[in-house]
Amino acid sequence: MGKSTAMKSIMGISPPAVRSGKIRFGDTEITHWLAYRVSRLGIGYVPEDRRIFPLLTVKENLRIGLDVFGVVKEMKKNMLEKIYGYFPRLEQRLSQLGESLSGGEQQMLAIARAMVMNPRLILMDEPTEGLMPLLVEEIKEIIKVLRQNGVSVLLVEQSAAMALEVTDRVYVMEKGTIRFEGTPKEFRDNEALMKELLGV
Amino acid sequence: MQALNGLVWGMIIALVASGLSLIFGIMDVVNFAHGEFYMVGAYLGWLAIKLSNSFWLGLLAALASVALIGMAVEILTLRPIRGRDPLYTLMAMFGLSIFAQQSILALFGPLAKEVKEPVAMKISFFAFEYPLYRLIVVGIAFIIFVFAWLFLQKTKYGVWVRATMQDNVMASAMGIPVKRVYTLSFALGTALAATSGVLVAPIFSVYQTMGLSIIVSAFIVVVIGGLGSLQGAILAAILIGELQTLSSVWISPTYARVFSFLALIFVLLFRPQGLFSISKRR
Repeated sequence: MGKSTAMKSIMGISPPAVRSGKIRFGDTEITHWLAYRVSRLGIGYVPEDRRIFPLLTVKENLRIGLDVFGVVKEMKKNMLEKIYGYFPRLEQRLSQLGESLSGGEQQMLAIARAMVMNPRLILMDEPTEGLMPLLVEEIKEIIKVLRQNGVSVLLVEQSAAMALEVTDRVYVMEKGTIRFEGTPKEFRDNEALMKELLGV
Repeated sequence: MQALNGLVWGMIIALVASGLSLIFGIMDVVNFAHGEFYMVGAYLGWLAIKLSNSFWLGLLAALASVALIGMAVEILTLRPIRGRDPLYTLMAMFGLSIFAQQSILALFGPLAKEVKEPVAMKISFFAFEYPLYRLIVVGIAFIIFVFAWLFLQKTKYGVWVRATMQDNVMASAMGIPVKRVYTLSFALGTALAATSGVLVAPIFSVYQTMGLSIIVSAFIVVVIGGLGSLQGAILAAILIGELQTLSSVWISPTYARVFSFLALIFVLLFRPQGLFSISKRR
């Protein structure tokens, strides 16, 4: 409890009443920033329920992220080609409406839409929820690619096994408070927690 | 002849209703003062035409002025109460409507103002003659709708408007300046109403309660067409325009409005979301 709210608070889309304390991104305090400013600072967001724009085409969904930052035409083309390289299925569906995509494709679009903004940090709220194992693997690969490219990923994930595979640091959150903080190795070494969360 | 009149009246309603629909679709604001933007547009148009001696310059001046007024209203009236109970918005718009009517009455007096048709020519259709200006009104409305469609479909801001219409929270999280989109959309919606007010001035004259006479039809059109849908508003406006005009051949124009309400009831019973509704997430 509190994981999605924490993400929404970082993005500036949670109700102000639930926000307390301070949120900093680098040296900048963004506690009371509006979402569009947070996003323009270099934070991408992949929400829990995807929330792609259902009546925009795949291309339009992607285009928003490029237009917002006033990227020049040539760079737009390069960025889109890079994205299509990661998500070839999206390239085949550019003129389809978001609502006509399958659940997995919608999730790909949600991630691609955040990546196209060339962010320094991407918040991902349960990106593998409800997806079949093959797609979960694809998303794991994408997270690894993002890390290799120097993009930080803050991942909320119910599946501890999946989270441990792709992350450098682990936080276990329960009822709005952090119960454990450490590296995946430290987590694995904590037998009580492993048993409770993974049953091993 | 009546069918042509119905088309002209339909296009006049469509301009008002499309603005109303745009504002509701994006901002969830039921703009009770929308008829007053139509009326204020007509008065400013009359004034600008008088000063410039040019109908077309007057039209441009009026729509630009009303767009600026719309921007000011959005920033000063709607923005501070956004996120509160919808009743606040309803009351604010209702208050603005009364304020606009009384201000116009105080400034311009109770007498209706006449505006001369900019094109006096009539064209012959079989056995009757029809004022060319009214056909020009249909043409102008059509061109405006084509531009509105191109704007919404092909431009960066159009995509931002449609994204905001579908999910304003996610639009903001994608970096879209949603507040600016609201202000521009409100200005655009009110400018459409003002355009309609100036175009109709040579046909019906300009009077202080003219907004009330069109706003009911515009609301019916928006509900029938589907909240937030431009094409729905245009098609429903033509339908309502024809219904009201053709039925007034046999019964008085006041009773002819009954047919609009019957159409509204019919749509509410069988397709309550309207003919072309846009699903949105809030």
